[in-house]
Amino acid sequence: MKVLVPVKRVIDYNVKVRVKADGSGVDLANVKMSMNPFDEIAVEEAIRLKEAGKADEIVVVSIGVKQAQETLRTALAMGADRAILVVAADDVHTDIEPLAVAKILAKVVEEEQPGLVLAGKQAIDNDMNATGQMLSALLGWSQGTFASELDIDGDNAVVTREVDGGLQTIKVKMPAIVTVDLRLNEPRYASLPNIMKAKKKPLDEKTADDYGVDVSPRLEIISTTEPAARAAGIIVGSVDELVGKLKEAGAV
Amino acid sequence: MAVLLLAEVTDGALALDATAKAVTAAAKLGDVTVLAAGASAAAAGEEAAKIAGVAKVLVAEDASLGHRLAEPTAALIASLASDYEHIVAPATTDAKNVLPRVAALLDVMVISDVSGVVDGNTFERPIYAGNAVQTVKSNDAKKVISFRTSTFDAAGDGGSASVETISAAENPGLSEWVEDKVAASDRPELTSAGVVVSGGRGVGSEEDFKLIEGLADKLGAAVGASRAAVDSGYAPNDWQVGQTGKVVAPELYVAIGISGAIQHLAGMKDSKIIVAINKDEEAPIFQVADYGLVADLFDAVPELMEKL
Ligand SMILES: Cc1cc2nc3c(=O)[nH]c(=O)nc-3n(C[C@H](O)[C@H](O)[C@H](O)COP(=O)(O)OP(=O)(O)OC[C@H]3O[C@@H](n4cnc5c(N)ncnc54)[C@H](O)[C@@H]3O)c2cc1C
Ligand SMILES: Cc1cc2nc3c(=O)[nH]c(=O)nc-3n(C[C@H](O)[C@H](O)[C@H](O)COP(=O)(O)OP(=O)(O)OC[C@H]3O[C@@H](n4cnc5c(N)ncnc54)[C@H](O)[C@@H]3O)c2cc1C
Repeated sequence: MKVLVPVKRVIDYNVKVRVKADGSGVDLANVKMSMNPFDEIAVEEAIRLKEAGKADEIVVVSIGVKQAQETLRTALAMGADRAILVVAADDVHTDIEPLAVAKILAKVVEEEQPGLVLAGKQAIDNDMNATGQMLSALLGWSQGTFASELDIDGDNAVVTREVDGGLQTIKVKMPAIVTVDLRLNEPRYASLPNIMKAKKKPLDEKTADDYGVDVSPRLEIISTTEPAARAAGIIVGSVDELVGKLKEAGAV
Repeated sequence: MAVLLLAEVTDGALALDATAKAVTAAAKLGDVTVLAAGASAAAAGEEAAKIAGVAKVLVAEDASLGHRLAEPTAALIASLASDYEHIVAPATTDAKNVLPRVAALLDVMVISDVSGVVDGNTFERPIYAGNAVQTVKSNDAKKVISFRTSTFDAAGDGGSASVETISAAENPGLSEWVEDKVAASDRPELTSAGVVVSGGRGVGSEEDFKLIEGLADKLGAAVGASRAAVDSGYAPNDWQVGQTGKVVAPELYVAIGISGAIQHLAGMKDSKIIVAINKDEEAPIFQVADYGLVADLFDAVPELMEKL
């Protein structure tokens, strides 16, 4: 079985995000970019499926600016076999919406015929939490979202999902789209020899036009602003003082 | 303009708080029709009909709609879509599972976690773990939206909407439910509680987490946790507060042994009053706390319980 893993290049989760003064967006020039943390988990899961003999090839795909190449190389260094870069934007500040990403991914799926797509549950920049579900709808495939456990068993996958009430386990028909949550696994670090080897692994470059997908946005960004700041608080000296303050504020 | 609102129905019961908050947001867009779907949903539909501002309730009962599976639920909503300009739901994990699928079936974008309604096409939503707020205008004919419940007040009761029964769409038969693991609890639900007491990695163990739970019970509070506490097995996953967990905005949030990483702050910084107890005076949680106490939690929490 072939596994397809879409990986997104996003601002590193440790970077403090700065909103541009003119309200046009978030400053992404010269900041550290990394693979979306959820996507590292998806890549790791694909590698584990391969190690367990349940997958034979892992193809990673990224849609965005040319620099997403680095993200794909990271995935190759972790253990993916092959990469596809779909260039759909020139400016690092242009983000492609989940609907357009899903449409491109649907075309890639048509070409590659994977038995499973493993995506992240959300990208930490836009937090939209949508791409996997949209892809699943476009393909008419089953979906298992927010997975914290995944067990592939022939024609079915058993997916344990992290939901508001606790955990839900469902059985989905293959081929399936599974989106991964944080506790599915602990992704490995790429070793230096593997980083070197990754440079020789195949990386195909395509454009959105190659797939005939219109990536023009449906949502127009009117403004991006800083959230309202909280008023400064105080440090209390003792539990007694804390209890006093809370009583004063009517909080207890 | 007509709005279809997917009610949060779990095992036949309406999650009133989440649904009523979404009604408040949806009422800004037009006449609200609530859809109660499930293996059993009639009682939930009757309850939703009493929410002020609801014009009509549709009840769809079918075995395929039990357990909130995405494919049959999305198929049902898509089959109703022609009558509505907005299709909305509270931003629960169920809605986030279903709505993007609906949006793709309708060839429109989904707008997740909306925290403010500017007009029928324009919405505010937090991005980058709440470090920025984006105002977006949709150019789609239909808008599919989930509302971040922590930013809207619940609509009151006193409504008397008409209730109509409808049939389910054809089940695509792509998935089936196996089991739910839900811990029963007498505590208030995390996202609607007036007080939340959360513990982090600093608590140190599952046994010591009982201390956090004890303080919560003393305050009639829900219990929350940081990701580190959940990952370490001190607390179950559904207690996680943050960017990838639940978003809460209670009257009082007490963070104990939590450092205050941006991913955690994303889930609680809109709380009215924030109290932080941490032994490290440099911990970033103190930057958002109204009242910070630099202390060892194993001294401070028992003393606090005694004095409250
Ligand atoms: C600086 C900035 C500029 C923006 N500019 C515009 C603009 O000009 N016009 C506009 O309409 N919107 C713009 N947006 C908003 C943006 O288009 C969407 O809101 C955003 O894409 C939301 O989805 P997500 O990336 O959070 O995807 P999610 O659905 O949360 O992502 C889930 C998973 O899908 C996969 N995935 C997602 N994207 C990709 C990808 N590109 N390649 C491979 N896999 C992927 C990954 O596995 C990922 O984990 C902008 C946003 C920002 C921050
Ligand atoms: C993609 C992504 C998503 C994430 N989503 C979330 C999320 O939704 N929610 C979330 O919480 N995190 C999330 N995280 C993790 C986040 O970055 C932090 O790692 C996490 O919040 C840290 O948890 P903590 O504060 O409990 O632990 P730590 O950062 O280890 O802090 C423990 C604190 O306890 C204090 N302490 C220790 N002992 C005592 C004592 N005896 N008395 C008093 N204080 C004590 C220490 O001083 C320290 O400040 C996410 C991370 C990533 C990459």
